[in-house]
Amino acid sequence: MQSHISFSNDDVAHIATLANIPVTDEEKTKLAAGFTITMKVVDDLKKADTTSVEPTHQVTALENILREDAVDEKREFSQDEALRNAKQTYKGFFVVDQVIDRE
Amino acid sequence: MDLKQYEPIIGMEIHVELATVSKMFCGCKNDPFFAEKPNIHTCPVCLGYPGGLPVANKKAIEWTIKLGFALGCDISELSKFDRKHYFYPDLAKGYQISQYDMPFCKNGKLKTSKGIVRINRVHLEEDTGKLLHQTVEGKKKTLIDFNRSGVPLIEIVTEPDIHSGDQAKEFLKHLHQIIQYLDISSADMEKGSMRLEPNISVRKISKGKDDGIRLLPPYKVEVKNINSFNFVKKAIDFEIERQIEIIEKGEIPSQETRGYNEDKGITFSQRAKEGAVDYRYFPEPDIPPIRLTKKTITELKQTLPELPTDKKNRFIKEYGLADPEAIQIIETRARADYFESCIALCESESKYKAITPKKIANTIINKKVDGTTSSPHDLLEKISIQSESSNVNPEDVAHAISSVLHNQEKAVNDYKNGKVTVVMYLVGQVKRELQGKGDAKAIEEELKRRMNGK
Amino acid sequence: MNLHKLTLKEAIKKLKSKEISHKELYTDVENEIQKKNAELNIYLSLDKEAVSKAEKLLDTPLAGVPIAVKDNFLTKELPTTASSKVLEGFMTPYESTVTERLQKAGGVVIGKTNMDAWAHGSSTETSDFGATKNPRNPKHLPGGSSGGSAAAVAADVCIGALGSETAGSIRQPSSWCGVVGLKPTYGRVPRTGVVAMGSSLDCPGPIGKTVEDTAIVFNAIAGHDKYDSTSADIAPPDLVKNIDKPIKGMKIGMCYLDHPKLKNTKVDEAIQNAGKLFKSLGCSVTHIPLSPQLKNNTILTPDYAISVYTVVQRGEVSSNLARYDGIRFGHDRSFFGAEAKRRIMLGTFTLSKGYADKYYIKAQQVRSLYIANFHQLFQTFDVLISPTSPGFAQELGASEKSPMFGELEDMLLEPSSIAGLPGINVPCYHDTKTNLYLGMNIISDQWQEEKIIRVAHSFEQQTIKE
Repeated sequence: MQSHISFSNDDVAHIATLANIPVTDEEKTKLAAGFTITMKVVDDLKKADTTSVEPTHQVTALENILREDAVDEKREFSQDEALRNAKQTYKGFFVVDQVIDRE
Repeated sequence: MDLKQYEPIIGMEIHVELATVSKMFCGCKNDPFFAEKPNIHTCPVCLGYPGGLPVANKKAIEWTIKLGFALGCDISELSKFDRKHYFYPDLAKGYQISQYDMPFCKNGKLKTSKGIVRINRVHLEEDTGKLLHQTVEGKKKTLIDFNRSGVPLIEIVTEPDIHSGDQAKEFLKHLHQIIQYLDISSADMEKGSMRLEPNISVRKISKGKDDGIRLLPPYKVEVKNINSFNFVKKAIDFEIERQIEIIEKGEIPSQETRGYNEDKGITFSQRAKEGAVDYRYFPEPDIPPIRLTKKTITELKQTLPELPTDKKNRFIKEYGLADPEAIQIIETRARADYFESCIALCESESKYKAITPKKIANTIINKKVDGTTSSPHDLLEKISIQSESSNVNPEDVAHAISSVLHNQEKAVNDYKNGKVTVVMYLVGQVKRELQGKGDAKAIEEELKRRMNGK
Repeated sequence: MNLHKLTLKEAIKKLKSKEISHKELYTDVENEIQKKNAELNIYLSLDKEAVSKAEKLLDTPLAGVPIAVKDNFLTKELPTTASSKVLEGFMTPYESTVTERLQKAGGVVIGKTNMDAWAHGSSTETSDFGATKNPRNPKHLPGGSSGGSAAAVAADVCIGALGSETAGSIRQPSSWCGVVGLKPTYGRVPRTGVVAMGSSLDCPGPIGKTVEDTAIVFNAIAGHDKYDSTSADIAPPDLVKNIDKPIKGMKIGMCYLDHPKLKNTKVDEAIQNAGKLFKSLGCSVTHIPLSPQLKNNTILTPDYAISVYTVVQRGEVSSNLARYDGIRFGHDRSFFGAEAKRRIMLGTFTLSKGYADKYYIKAQQVRSLYIANFHQLFQTFDVLISPTSPGFAQELGASEKSPMFGELEDMLLEPSSIAGLPGINVPCYHDTKTNLYLGMNIISDQWQEEKIIRVAHSFEQQTIKE
């Protein structure tokens, strides 16, 4: 990938594949321009001195939030509830066009 | 092709479904294999619905750590979960909650007769849904069942320390045994609760001066869809030869994923393995980290059962078993426990005092007895009866039989005239002569044989 | 009767004393909705059975009052779309914890309000179902992403509302619409059943006509939820109980007024006036200077917070929206609007190999700086005040000017959001010509909602008197 400051349409295409988002060529151009502006702002991060600073991933300072191994029947969906919002179902399964093997 | 010139470099990636009652991040029932219908054990979390949030299963974590202990791993005091992103229909959220750089267990090892296999990591993640390819109304479709989505899954990754199909098989059998001893998974390859993928490459062994750094070959072949330990050995053996053939030609085998065809006993190309996939790992923001105190780690370690190797050594020492006998007896924890129940019973009842642990072990092994076929009491009874009969001199038995046949003319005649039940009376008489000893069945057969004039 | 103008507190009182009936209240509110919704585009869906539900709820804390709920809360009775075509018509089989608690306390979900699609914005213009207009001045935006809920309160088409904030999405639209918006401490109100945007940032919270109104709703929804691992197991305070306790002696810090974008603006003046008022109430008020780096007794410039927020939020968003593939519910990913696509893709980029360390990790480090900064300041100060928004509500179409519109608008709120702190917006200035408002943001340390409620309430009571 090119320098992070400017994005090409190819860069955008690559990201679109990773993100599984369909984009037209027109959208690619717009997005490339938009990303460039955004990353200029993001680049300000480097102005902040973070020597010896640990990253914060969570602000709650919580730890060890675990649950006992037990079935929660109330929370389970019935098969109908699980399938109800799907576009295509078949004999209790969700349906998609045939896919190749996973990575 | 001189196989000795080449060194196979094999690593394994093993996935084990944990037999917890509920799933990893939600309270849905963990029952993917036996569920009667598809999609009956789902909820907002494992079905990837908007607003679903994960809550980690404590038991699954404890079991992961126990397996880590059993494999000699260091247990991390601070661990976390991470999101691993890729798109696939069986991955409801578009990411799998797994562990990236802070797994629960690291740096373990397992001994094999051909050397130590180092364990890089043992971590915990969630399973995906299940796919079924089927033609529906004339079109090729893929059907998805999310009953399995979110089931806790342990991933074990070894270093590339395995060097043959045999060693791989031995390693897997030992690992399987440990898992069975810990009672954390059915680890059944047919049911899919244990899955394995070897990574295989081969390098030429450099002759002469060892230049110090041993580089890994510039490619790796991953083999998937292998359904038994035997097939793992066969697949590896096949792959090694296939790769050597290519290398002998002066080429480098392709980096790829291959499948295994068990009917033909060959591996076949499935897909070129690209450079590492970009999973865009980042720490799971919905789950706080897990911090284990030294106290907790120690307490967990104390709940470990005696592991196979230790049990074997103890049985040899305490019960005087030979190595091959001990190996057989400890094959499953159930069998080892059964064995020790028999010994305990022996020690508590004086009439069984003469029975040795070795005798018990051999009976269990040879007669293929276990807790489901007979209780310890029944087994000991059987052994004592046998020993009774074996205590009697066959000549004495023959003599006693002759004596009874001679003295019990009336009974013998009754028998010959069709009153067949009288033979039991005669058996009793023989046993009386032998002071209760002797194998009743054998005596009965011999009496009949003699009376029938054969 | 102008029952639609009642505050939550008044409505509950009048209902319980039988001075008014549910039918009267709902008829009035529903008339107002009829009058205004077509133009203002506040509600995406309405519950026609609302009043019959309300009638059964007299003996509850909220007595059956109509509440407008942002369309990212999963509700079983009405569709949940997050204002995106991907979820158009989506009917969830399970209810969000917050709306479940709201209804248990006697609140009725009268309708779902418009928002920036997926909560990605500060204008409500990025909704796939059209922008919402600011009820104070319909040529202007209501702000976002909880623009529909803030507008619902401002337009008196509800008695109270629920919104959510990731960085500014409750407080900023409240400021632009001239209403009160409370963003609780992260972890105070459960996120279960709310369409996730920034998982480490999202906070559901109340928007209301008065400070006390938001305190009443807070009491109904706050508290631990076993289905949310990030929800704190701390008993929430009763925010109504001590609301009138005098704030004399409190130490108040004034922030950001020396930022180049704010110096000598109307909003600078408004906050300085608020400072004077607090002084007159017996508080000590100190101006805290801005600093480009972390330094004791200064406030770290909000400029980096924009970057932090952009990276962290977009990263989390790109991940949280990965589940929308059209297989189990909703439509496929081609239905995402332009802003959603932009955010998902940028988030994907900042998490991708070779960039994650540079951007994501770095952003989380800078986040630590803000947390440390506030921690140090709250050793001395009870609350900090600042403008909520750099200015008045902007005009329709403004959000299309820049792909960074939202982040820039929310600049003053992002620091407290990324630190997980609670904050409240109270209107602090009203321009009689444009009918638009400025808002003051009051923040405190984690779990100290009681302090900000009291300060906000005192301020509000004083300014009503004027």
